[in-house]
Amino acid sequence: MLLGTIIYAVINSVILILMSIGFNLTFGISGISNFAYGALYILAAFVTWMLIQLVGLPYLASALISILFTAFIGALMYRFILMRVRGQVLSEVIATFGIGLAILEFFRYLGFVGVEYALPVFIDESFMIGDVYVDAQRILIVAAGIVLVILLWLFVHYTSTGLAFRGIAQDERTALTFGMDSDRIATLSVSLGAGLAAIAATVIIPLGTISVSQGYDVLINALAVSIIGGLGSTGGVIVASLVVGFAQRFTDTYIGSHWTMIVSLVAILLVLVIKPSGLYGKQKELEERI
Amino acid sequence: MNKRKERIDRGIKVRSEDIFALSSWREMLYLAAPRLIPVAAFIVLPLLLGPYWQRVLLSVAVFALLAISWDILAQTGMVSLGQALFFGMGAYCSAILNHYFGLSPFLTIPVAAVLGGVICTLLLMPVLRLRGVYFTMVTLIIPLMLERVIEATKIFGGTEGISGLAVLPSKWLELYILMAALTAALFGFRRMMTSDYGLVLTGIKDNDRSVMNAGINIYWFKIQALFIAGSVGAFAGAMMTHVYRFVGMPVFALDYSILPIAAVMVGGPGSFAGAVLGAFILVPLSEALRALGGLRIVFYGVFLVIFVVGLPEGIFHFISRKYSQFERWAEVDK
Amino acid sequence: MSETPLLEVRELSKSFGGVQAVNRISFDLHKGDLLGIIGPNGSGKTTTVNLISGFVKASSGKVLFKGRDITSMAPYKIVRLGIARTFQMVKPFYQLPAYKNMIIPLYSPRVKALAGGKYGDRNAVALDLLEEVGFERDNQVAYKVASVLPQGYLKRLELAKAISLQPDIMILDELFSGLSLAEVASIVPIIEKLLSEGKTIIMIEHRLKELFRIANRVIVLNFGEKIADGAAKDVMESEAVKEAYLGSEE
Repeated sequence: MLLGTIIYAVINSVILILMSIGFNLTFGISGISNFAYGALYILAAFVTWMLIQLVGLPYLASALISILFTAFIGALMYRFILMRVRGQVLSEVIATFGIGLAILEFFRYLGFVGVEYALPVFIDESFMIGDVYVDAQRILIVAAGIVLVILLWLFVHYTSTGLAFRGIAQDERTALTFGMDSDRIATLSVSLGAGLAAIAATVIIPLGTISVSQGYDVLINALAVSIIGGLGSTGGVIVASLVVGFAQRFTDTYIGSHWTMIVSLVAILLVLVIKPSGLYGKQKELEERI
Repeated sequence: MNKRKERIDRGIKVRSEDIFALSSWREMLYLAAPRLIPVAAFIVLPLLLGPYWQRVLLSVAVFALLAISWDILAQTGMVSLGQALFFGMGAYCSAILNHYFGLSPFLTIPVAAVLGGVICTLLLMPVLRLRGVYFTMVTLIIPLMLERVIEATKIFGGTEGISGLAVLPSKWLELYILMAALTAALFGFRRMMTSDYGLVLTGIKDNDRSVMNAGINIYWFKIQALFIAGSVGAFAGAMMTHVYRFVGMPVFALDYSILPIAAVMVGGPGSFAGAVLGAFILVPLSEALRALGGLRIVFYGVFLVIFVVGLPEGIFHFISRKYSQFERWAEVDK
Repeated sequence: MSETPLLEVRELSKSFGGVQAVNRISFDLHKGDLLGIIGPNGSGKTTTVNLISGFVKASSGKVLFKGRDITSMAPYKIVRLGIARTFQMVKPFYQLPAYKNMIIPLYSPRVKALAGGKYGDRNAVALDLLEEVGFERDNQVAYKVASVLPQGYLKRLELAKAISLQPDIMILDELFSGLSLAEVASIVPIIEKLLSEGKTIIMIEHRLKELFRIANRVIVLNFGEKIADGAAKDVMESEAVKEAYLGSEE
């Protein structure tokens, strides 16, 4: 049982990483907290579904189009709405929240609820690791997660856009004096975050059905992981996801599945009491912001 | 010939400034009307409306209180996405005090208001030192998590909640207590925010470094604002527990967090009057649109975005500007 | 000059990541001094002030005020003990009139304590203080909204805010920057008056001529280190200072 728990804990952690990394990245680069994140996740899933069911495209093509489309929506969101309120945190939050709300509740209104709203798995097989059954989709998730993190790391460290992102994340003013266009970078950051949400949706949704409430769950998870790991730090997201993923899984196996949400809550409260800016938080406390 | 728009104070506004207001009934009425009309409305409306719309009025008052609570926090620089936390905490506190300890609503409501405020303040205290967005995130998460925790652990009644709670002696009492509370909150907090104390709070939002530099402990003031706002929200929750005689997970639902924000955005932040106005507009509207079902929330979302981006000053400020100033095209003189 | 220094700075250092902004700075300040801190841009002057006033946490070193260790105290506590500073970039509350800007420092617990526990009429005190720093009462300048006031008045407002806290030490960060000669000339008497009232002042400045007329002592910083400390005249003759400002011949 231990092996099984550990394996599923790893899978759970990677799921959390995939769910959170887009939100965290957007914030880390441009300081925008995209509360429409969960909505974009579900949007991607539904778009893929519609392309498969209504247009008849193959899965891979649908997924790809959906990811690009969601990223595009992210860019639109910034260009037409967020750009007008850039810098006013209150308005940014409310605007993204309103958008996310509108999207999610719109899908709920359309009645997209039910078992037929599901995405197919890539490979319908299971493998045995030790004496534990693991289905191929879950292994794909872990693979996708690892690949994504590595690609992002390479992107941020070795490409010029990626380096520009890091520059802006570290010190926006100086980056601006180097000729970086703050609005263009912000558009890219929101777009990238949205795209990552879409990728996460593509691999995770096949595990179950598409449900609107999962949109809220994704946002909650992304927020929780970001709070625990520290906003803006990818390393923090990874560590926090591992911590929470393992804690949730072990609680589920040894204590009871109802308690898993409490684990997240307790983790957040603990972090708030001990180190409010998160495990790897680079948030300078008020006094240092001169 | 180039023209520009110019705004000039209305004659009656100028004539009613200072002591000149006493010069005639018209001037005094001009000044008094904006204050008297809401008070009169609060007193008279319960008498005019039928039972169904009285229920709606209750809802309006609750959401207006939650909106005022949100506005207090916003003016101090804290953006809350979790008014439901205050509401639900007050609701559960008063339910528990009533159900398990047998206290009467006249006791449970005030105690729950204060207790709810204290608990919420303690929960949120750690994030006050950090960037504002942390506060926002935590206020969003905690009520949603509490909802799931209650569902999972089945404490305090779990998904079924606690029912059969005591009720206030009469329907009229319920309504008028809320109306009185609303009036007190509206005028009282307006007074508070224009006083020197309120200046410190808005100063914290504008330029916290400057306030710190004046030897003021901004965290202590933020805590105070948080407690005040939390207690107002908890009071609303405690009242509703005894109106519906029931409490359950739904008190932490997103609705109680979103509608107050929409109300403030529509009515206009920064004035409390806008918050109340927004509630008076949106709550009956949402009742009337009940037929549309889930589409209502879509409208809230869209409303939020439109008002936040397009008309950030809100309806109240727009009206109050028109009330005291008029616009005309004037020539640009060389 | 009194025996125990009012302020003692011992080996104060601060590094931001890889940059050593302030490197083991030490000096004493006695009651009644007007200490000038000068140095090229980036030499760590403002960081030193931030360290003393608590807005930045020191990497190492100590700051003692009246013998008490204030090194890691929160800024508001340091203000309450009696050290007030101004900021280089003045940011008043723009939508408020000038005198309303003064309400917040006058709301400070220190002011209340010094007034014997009574609050008094803050508006009146604000108007008086503003008049003392040059807000002409008959033109009702103090009633004007801060967003329409020119830089000279905004700097005076900042100064008045510091004065209102009745501090023992006032640290003025580039008070003269952005002001015309006439404006500087009108502020200098105010500072001299503060000195004669027993206040101790530290001034960070780039306007050396004006500073040297009133400072009795000057410290020169370069690359975060103190390279000179003494009377204004002596410091100006020093080779190290000339090199720091003008560069060497290599």
